[in-house]
Amino acid sequence: MQPESRGLEVAVLVSVGRHPVTGRARRADQDARGLELALSLAAFRPDSRVRLLHAGQRDDDNETALRGYLGMARGVGTGLERLTLLEQPEGADVVPALAERLAATPPQLVVTGARAEQGEGSGLLPYVLAERLGWPLVNGLVEVESIEDDRMTLLQALPRGQRRRIQVRLPAVVTVDGAAAPARQSAFGPARRGSIKVEAALAVPDEAFAGWTLSPARKRPRRLKIVKSASARDRFKAAAGKAQGGGGQLLTDVTPEQAAEAILRLLEEEGVMR
Amino acid sequence: MNREIDTIRRDPRREWIARNRLHPEHLGVLAELGRQGASAATEWMGPNGVIRKNPHAPGFTGPNGLKRIDRSGVQQAAAAGRGAGHRMVAADERRRVTIEAPAFLVAVVPDMPGGRLSSHDRDLLGLARQLADADPARPCAVLAVAFGEHNREGGGELKEQAFAEAGVDRLLTIEGDGHTGFVPEAWLAGLVAVERELAPRHWLLPDSALGGADLGRRLAARLGERPATGVWQVDADATAPSGWRCTARGAVDRLDIQRPLPRVVLALAECAEPVSETRHAAEAMTLSQSPPEALSRIEDLGQVAVDPAGVALAEAEFILSAGNGVKDWEGFHHAARMLGATEGASRVAVDDGFMPRDRQVGATGTWVTARVYVAVGISGAIQHLQGIQGCDKVVAINRDSGCDMIKRADLAVIGDSSSILAALVDVLERDPALTRKGEKQDAA
Repeated sequence: MQPESRGLEVAVLVSVGRHPVTGRARRADQDARGLELALSLAAFRPDSRVRLLHAGQRDDDNETALRGYLGMARGVGTGLERLTLLEQPEGADVVPALAERLAATPPQLVVTGARAEQGEGSGLLPYVLAERLGWPLVNGLVEVESIEDDRMTLLQALPRGQRRRIQVRLPAVVTVDGAAAPARQSAFGPARRGSIKVEAALAVPDEAFAGWTLSPARKRPRRLKIVKSASARDRFKAAAGKAQGGGGQLLTDVTPEQAAEAILRLLEEEGVMR
Repeated sequence: MNREIDTIRRDPRREWIARNRLHPEHLGVLAELGRQGASAATEWMGPNGVIRKNPHAPGFTGPNGLKRIDRSGVQQAAAAGRGAGHRMVAADERRRVTIEAPAFLVAVVPDMPGGRLSSHDRDLLGLARQLADADPARPCAVLAVAFGEHNREGGGELKEQAFAEAGVDRLLTIEGDGHTGFVPEAWLAGLVAVERELAPRHWLLPDSALGGADLGRRLAARLGERPATGVWQVDADATAPSGWRCTARGAVDRLDIQRPLPRVVLALAECAEPVSETRHAAEAMTLSQSPPEALSRIEDLGQVAVDPAGVALAEAEFILSAGNGVKDWEGFHHAARMLGATEGASRVAVDDGFMPRDRQVGATGTWVTARVYVAVGISGAIQHLQGIQGCDKVVAINRDSGCDMIKRADLAVIGDSSSILAALVDVLERDPALTRKGEKQDAA
């Protein structure tokens, strides 16, 4: 589709995060990682341009937080001098505005964090956007390995520190995992110099969300270990006794070779050998 | 003893002789009844139909000549070789439930890491049962949707049996070549086909990084439903349209959101108690037409080999851990490299300077959640055992057969650790195919 010389158009959707300790508005961690990843794409396509897009309210706190993304610019021409803010009233659903905007000027890649740090934080936005745009979505992105024509090879984070290699056809929506490279520091100068372009956009109130009750998170009750046993002795042992393996296999007087074989058999059964 | 009495044909005279130690035919009759050497009958039915008990019969003489009564039945069972079977029969007295014509379906899509139901899946099935059994007059069925990839039998337990015990009434396995690896588009097409044909009232998925969170959000977006994510509590609520209200986590676990329960629910672990008192049918179902072949724009190129030394200890899946008993440290590191295991250590090994501090396992170090934890020369201080509580399988290699780690271990080998590790390395070097095995398997 695109000739090789042309750079990649990347839209990074950024949100206003909240500091976990102080509760102050800041750049959201995963979105900043997403922007870092988008900036690293210049290594594959030197002329890549990054577009910053935010849909939300316009006030001082938010502006300070959003300037944190602008402060990640290095040099001129990456597109980071400007952030587009689609202005939304309080309690609006930002999906229609973003979808309309992205459909009007489609980039080749949309990068977002996995979930917002305030509000519902359901992590649904990239999925709904991908569905509306009809683009494939890959979650948990860690690293982009290569881009050829309209195919991008990337690494996806799996639990337990594992990685999976995936090839996706562009245009696509990707969400960034917390294991991706940490974002660079935001520099004060570029953050002040950058401009925030406010645009009017479609505003759809989120009626369902308005009807819900929000409260600070309660501590979840810990599950008790319930032992269902007919015998009082078993119940007492389970409640008071030290944890016992029970049913474990004990090999004594075996040669090292036999022991090694027994261990390898167990490892193979569990499928941890790789 | 009861069981002999329960048989239809009884010989009262013979029973009487068996009870009478002074009868000249006593030993012969005991032998015929197969109770030679066993103590006298403890319970029998008297002539008037009343159960009589011999209070002197239970128990055995302990090592110091005192009479001991073991009410757990472990020792007597070992002596008689009879109790074990009886106890196993008693263990499976769960109520069997079969739902013929369900009023509606509650669909669950379990993660099934490694082909087995995880504890998160079981919790979710418990939640599904809660939703399905709310109205006893209109019983509803729980439908589990599994994909072809998960069709392996795991851990020796039969798959259907595991599903039945977890509370599944209907089991739908979507098979096909295209369902292996990471194929969210094919999975989604399968789920949409289920939706079109069976229209379950609720869709429940685990909100877990193993895949449920991703698939559930895809499904919700495709169905045009707004799901509840991070649900950890569900209560009945007559004012809600669905009759249920849920509490969900929001804003990175800092908010609790109370809302009516929607159709698509992504629930956290421990959202409900797993099913334990009933057994269900787990009847296999099929779709009348197979789901359409989805156009695949996402291609899975397989899992990438990760340097095990770089994996954080807390999330490593396979740990080889060293303690005071390890003398040959070169051999230990070599074995860890050959096995592809992440290295761990006990406090002593760290204090003595053989391993870095960030590799320490235990209450003062890292709490690990490995699937397999191999403890080499670790005797198992209580702080260390606390740190490995979350491990599935523990293998102990130790010289001391009486240490606590041996009691905790699923497989314990008594012997010299360095020679056993050397033998392990030998086997791996002789058969390099072993080390490549499991590469295709999904990480759990």
